[in-house]
Amino acid sequence: MRGPERPGKAISLGVGALAVFGLVIAGPLRAAPLVADLSKHLVAITTGFAGTDVLLFGAVDEPGDVVVIIWGPPEEVVMHRKSRVAGIWINTAQMTFERVPSFYSVASSRSLDEIASEHVLSRLEMGVERLNLPLPHAKASPNIARNWRDALIRNKQRLGHYAHEVGQVIFLGENLFRTQVEFPANVPTGAYQIEVYLLRDGRVISAQTTPLIVGKIGLEAEVYDFAHNYAAFYGLIAILVALMAGWLAHVAFRRH
Amino acid sequence: MQIYLPIAEISLDTLLLLGLGGLIGFLSGLFGVGGGFLMTPALIFIGVPPPVAVGTEANQIVASSVSGVLAHWRRGNVDVKMGFILLLGGLVGSSFGVWLFAVLRSVGQIDLVIKLSYVTFLGIVGVVMFVESLRSLRRRRATGSGRGKLHKHTWVHGLPFKMRFRRSKLYISALLPLGVGFLVGVLAAVMGVGGGFIMVPAMIYLLGMPTSVVVGTSLFQIIFVTANVTFLQAYANQTVDVVLALLLLIGAVIGAQLGAKASVLLRGEQLRILLAVMVLAVCAKLAYDLTVTPDDIYALGVAK
Repeated sequence: MRGPERPGKAISLGVGALAVFGLVIAGPLRAAPLVADLSKHLVAITTGFAGTDVLLFGAVDEPGDVVVIIWGPPEEVVMHRKSRVAGIWINTAQMTFERVPSFYSVASSRSLDEIASEHVLSRLEMGVERLNLPLPHAKASPNIARNWRDALIRNKQRLGHYAHEVGQVIFLGENLFRTQVEFPANVPTGAYQIEVYLLRDGRVISAQTTPLIVGKIGLEAEVYDFAHNYAAFYGLIAILVALMAGWLAHVAFRRH
Repeated sequence: MQIYLPIAEISLDTLLLLGLGGLIGFLSGLFGVGGGFLMTPALIFIGVPPPVAVGTEANQIVASSVSGVLAHWRRGNVDVKMGFILLLGGLVGSSFGVWLFAVLRSVGQIDLVIKLSYVTFLGIVGVVMFVESLRSLRRRRATGSGRGKLHKHTWVHGLPFKMRFRRSKLYISALLPLGVGFLVGVLAAVMGVGGGFIMVPAMIYLLGMPTSVVVGTSLFQIIFVTANVTFLQAYANQTVDVVLALLLLIGAVIGAQLGAKASVLLRGEQLRILLAVMVLAVCAKLAYDLTVTPDDIYALGVAK
């Protein structure tokens, strides 16, 4: 069940700068051959939040292929590798990726390798296997680095933060297109970037970036903020609530 | 119905959390253990991040212990003096434990240390308790009444700072309950438990307390130690999820009441055998998980 989503005042993120939810044109363009927008620019995480879909829709001036990439805010990720020591599995190696998209998914109107050359696809990081995930220099030989990278992607996919498959961009006639972006219940919060590309003959004709905020709203946001800003108070209240609850239960049972 | 937990940052089913709280609350009331050694692994298993599971569980144990201790208080099963001495050790131990937890987490070995501590302590306690209870059950059957000797005299009785504990009918060194309290405090913080599964056997076998006052007195001490852990974890790490704790404790306080009532119906030895079997089962599961080849030897570490 999905609760009502109240777009409210208290977004827990410091992203007031993103007040303009309009379209930001990126790239050297003539008139805009591509326009796209989202059904909502705020994914509000409220009490009943169990994941949500956002509709991305748009129009193109000229025929071509559309590719949509959803980027979550970048984060630092530490990964561990286990090996067997004296019969038990222990973390024996560790690797830190400094800049990893916390969320990533791609949708396209045709299969990616039909749309553009491998060179173009990797430059634009289209497809999870083409993500640029640099490891600290001189830390690992290329094939070991490859193992860490694959493991990171595999773990992110298992978590639901990276899509397993490329999504569908559906054309309605010649010019209108849409795609559904799915966000799971454990979606990372923060400022997302949604890139929309129009390609023809393997070349990018037009591109556009649209922001999307994923944030806690209402009671959730307030509890979270309070816990972080007034940690000592929060701790005392947590204890008081527990003491009261225990006492109430005792009283309730004594009556019976 | 799904509910989004603000600190854990995940959505979980409300009924699942209420049910989990109820079941483990019942066991907690029955055995006089906080139930944390079952709840913390269960929370991690359903997807709560381990640090949040540990911090939140401490908060929830406060509530279930209060409701449990009041039930025992009315029957006069709390040795307050002994409780205070245990508590002194517990406060120092749990503060040290929260610090140790942070250090181990930064080194990336907290998961291993938690699991190994569980296996070690649950294993020792489970085996000792199981053997002891079987022996005393057999003795009871054989002689028909009472124990032969009140207690054996060991090095334990040569320690200084002797104090009289009238409720427990004991005259022992204050260093013993202080030490037990300290150890249990460290475990409470590092393992996300109340520590009852260590304290109850320690009170029975090391301090020689009568079984009747053990449960109430351990709950009394656990309230304050887990309150201390709750505060420190909330203050230092922001890992206490009040919403999650409330849901768990609604189930748990009700369960604990029923458990405390049920415990009157069972004899001490039977209770101990049951607890021993449960402790050994959890221990075996954790040991198995440590040795079985993981699905993926690579795993995401703690988010920064």
